Amino acid sequence: MLKTFPKGGVHPPENKFSASKPIEVLPLPERVVIPISQHIGAPSSPVVAKGDKVKVGQLIAKSSGFVSANIHSSVSGTVESLDPVLDSSGYKKPAITIVVEGDDWLPEIDKTTDLRKEFTLSAEEIIAKINEAGIVGLGGATFPSHVKLSIPKGKKADVLIINGVECEPYLTSDHRLMLERAEDLMVGIMLLKKALGVEKALIGIENNKPDAIAHLKNVAKSYVGIEVHALKVKYPQGGEKQLIKSLINREVPSGGLPIDVGTVVHNVGTTLAVYEAVQKNKPLIERVVTITGKNIKNAGNYMVRIGTPISKLIEVAGGLPENTGKVVNGGPMMGKALNSIDAPVTKGTSGVILFPEKESLRGTPQPACIRCGKCIQVCAMGLEPFLLSRLSQRKMFERLEMERVIDCMECGSCSYVCPAKLPLLDYIRLGKAEVFAIIRARKN
Amino acid sequence: MTTLDWVKQKFLPLLEREKIKKVHVIKSIDDIITEIMSKLLVVSASPHVHSGESTPRLMYNVVLALIPALAVTLFYFGLGALIITSISIVSCLFFELLIQKFLLKVKPTISDGSALVTGLILAFNLPSNLPWWIVVIGALVAIGVGKMSFGGLGRNPFNPALVGRVFLLISFPVQMTRWPLPIESRMSYIDAVTGATPLAIVKEGLSKGELMSNITDQIPSHMQLFMGAMGGSLGEIAAFALLIGFVWMLLTRVITWHIPVSIFATIGLFTGVLWLINPEANADPIFHLLTGGVMLGAIFMATDYVTSPMHPKGMWIFGIGIGLITVIIRVWGAYPEGISFAILIMNAFVPLINRYMKPKRFGEVSK
Repeated sequence: MLKTFPKGGVHPPENKFSASKPIEVLPLPERVVIPISQHIGAPSSPVVAKGDKVKVGQLIAKSSGFVSANIHSSVSGTVESLDPVLDSSGYKKPAITIVVEGDDWLPEIDKTTDLRKEFTLSAEEIIAKINEAGIVGLGGATFPSHVKLSIPKGKKADVLIINGVECEPYLTSDHRLMLERAEDLMVGIMLLKKALGVEKALIGIENNKPDAIAHLKNVAKSYVGIEVHALKVKYPQGGEKQLIKSLINREVPSGGLPIDVGTVVHNVGTTLAVYEAVQKNKPLIERVVTITGKNIKNAGNYMVRIGTPISKLIEVAGGLPENTGKVVNGGPMMGKALNSIDAPVTKGTSGVILFPEKESLRGTPQPACIRCGKCIQVCAMGLEPFLLSRLSQRKMFERLEMERVIDCMECGSCSYVCPAKLPLLDYIRLGKAEVFAIIRARKN
Repeated sequence: MTTLDWVKQKFLPLLEREKIKKVHVIKSIDDIITEIMSKLLVVSASPHVHSGESTPRLMYNVVLALIPALAVTLFYFGLGALIITSISIVSCLFFELLIQKFLLKVKPTISDGSALVTGLILAFNLPSNLPWWIVVIGALVAIGVGKMSFGGLGRNPFNPALVGRVFLLISFPVQMTRWPLPIESRMSYIDAVTGATPLAIVKEGLSKGELMSNITDQIPSHMQLFMGAMGGSLGEIAAFALLIGFVWMLLTRVITWHIPVSIFATIGLFTGVLWLINPEANADPIFHLLTGGVMLGAIFMATDYVTSPMHPKGMWIFGIGIGLITVIIRVWGAYPEGISFAILIMNAFVPLINRYMKPKRFGEVSK
């Protein structure tokens, strides 16, 4: 029996069309738009001005606190403006626009693909380099990685978990990365192990990627303390709490963090970025992005510079299909629908999905909940989505807090199964935001 | 095609229809493109995919699950069964339409299949020789009182079909307890030859102080009961056909096994214990499971989404409660059969059960 988390979950059609497409390098765009807030936490503060010349890898916005991240130029060229630009959220957000001129890298960055296995750095030095390189969680949550690695006093990690689950349908960027960059990944894991001071690392991969599982198992043989585990395919297994439960059967307490049960989780993309930052001095300036959809000509996986307009990616993949009705940044379960395809690829963009018109509109909700309880069955957090949604609609926030709305990770499984097509998650999100605001107000 | 071509192709027809009126007040070309783009692309919150499950699909799967039992009842009760089923379904749909359209003034939802299910299940709870106008009254009470007075689908606390049946049982006790004999009454309706149900025979016999071993000759064998060869309501007779429906609903994930299984287990255990204590004064558990409305009630009525608990823990309590009450009514109560009352009584507890039987939260901090 394959491991998985016990409670809830769904299995949407996988539609991983681009799984067999090797990662290609996307040609440089004419200009990049680099938002200064691509991570959870405080926005970074720009350190360049209009008209400045920048090189690839140069710091352009500085981390403005502990929970924040540095941002580096992904291209060489001239800073065109610091004006707000429309991003994936659909709003204008402060960003640095750079006109691309050539491809001139900072000299200290090692651009080669040579494997560099050896390291002598201490844990603190590794974490400092990760912080310096502006690495955030590339699985989509974009939480600054150095924060996760800085273990609070009194806590201790005994195992590192590497997330290669990629449970979102359609997306294949992590899959390709595991196949093509396995060695680099292993060194990254050794670095993270050192940074955390743990002996053991577990890589969790869902069983719909047998080639990646076999390959990593093989490569891991020549490294100490790295195990590869095949997991049953079940969404949302890529959620931190679910993955920890699946792999080591520990339950992160409500409101707690993985470190409370002695572990830290990093995505495979993040791990690769850690390798490049520490061993090659390369800050986080590019990432693998899947471009896919049912009607797109060349679904594929591309190495994309941060700030590249999504429209560039779409053009390389064969252009917008005529019947496109919706463009999603991220996976179909948790991604954001874009209102402009010129929004930039950011650190958290794992994929772009084009939906045909007939799959774009959500179904019309039925007049009523028939209390079938399917949302309860699929909730991986053991919540009651129908109840949370109803309480939120009626603005009963105290009760909503009691029913633990803040545990909801917005995976969308409840809305996915609801036979009445009720917008359960929409209401839960509203209520959750409200409850968070109440909690913050209480603290102050 | 390039992005610009795509925009042109999509935008021009829109412009012709003058759907976009804001364009002239927007300043820069970027703003125009953005404005156009946001008109062309659907922007909605995640998730962007749906399982395809729908209320009508669930309801029609219940209807499909009822087909085997319908076929069996047509075989045993023929004409009467056909008349009762048709009248019940048509009147349920009719009353739902009427009430939604003229009283509640909402968009009618008769196509969602829920009234069809109520109609079928109400018919399954009636004897095949019931005068047609009584069926119509039953449908009116089921839909009007049982369902619509609470606001329609999803809001009714009691199973509508059972509200209809129990209303009729109390209002027309004579007509509701004359049971046509299977097969013999195939070609007749009101004038069908009637007889007592096995449950009634046993109840009557035991109350007169007869021993089970003497009563056994008067009731069908277990195999006959399983195949449905007995007097009774339309849809309750054939255990095997109802079990086929159960399997179908499990396979299509319409229901989970918890409620039916907990009811069967409770009735089986409870009557089993009584039978072991004194087999001469109590019928055996298999007899209890195969007779009366246990199969129909446990599989199709107790599992009604709206009126049953939403979480497995609650489902167990609900099922055990129904089992206990059913046996208490059968053994010590005034009626030979008690599952209708048992389900209605437990329906009343559902809000409480839902309130206090919570699923196990992930990462619950024990206090």
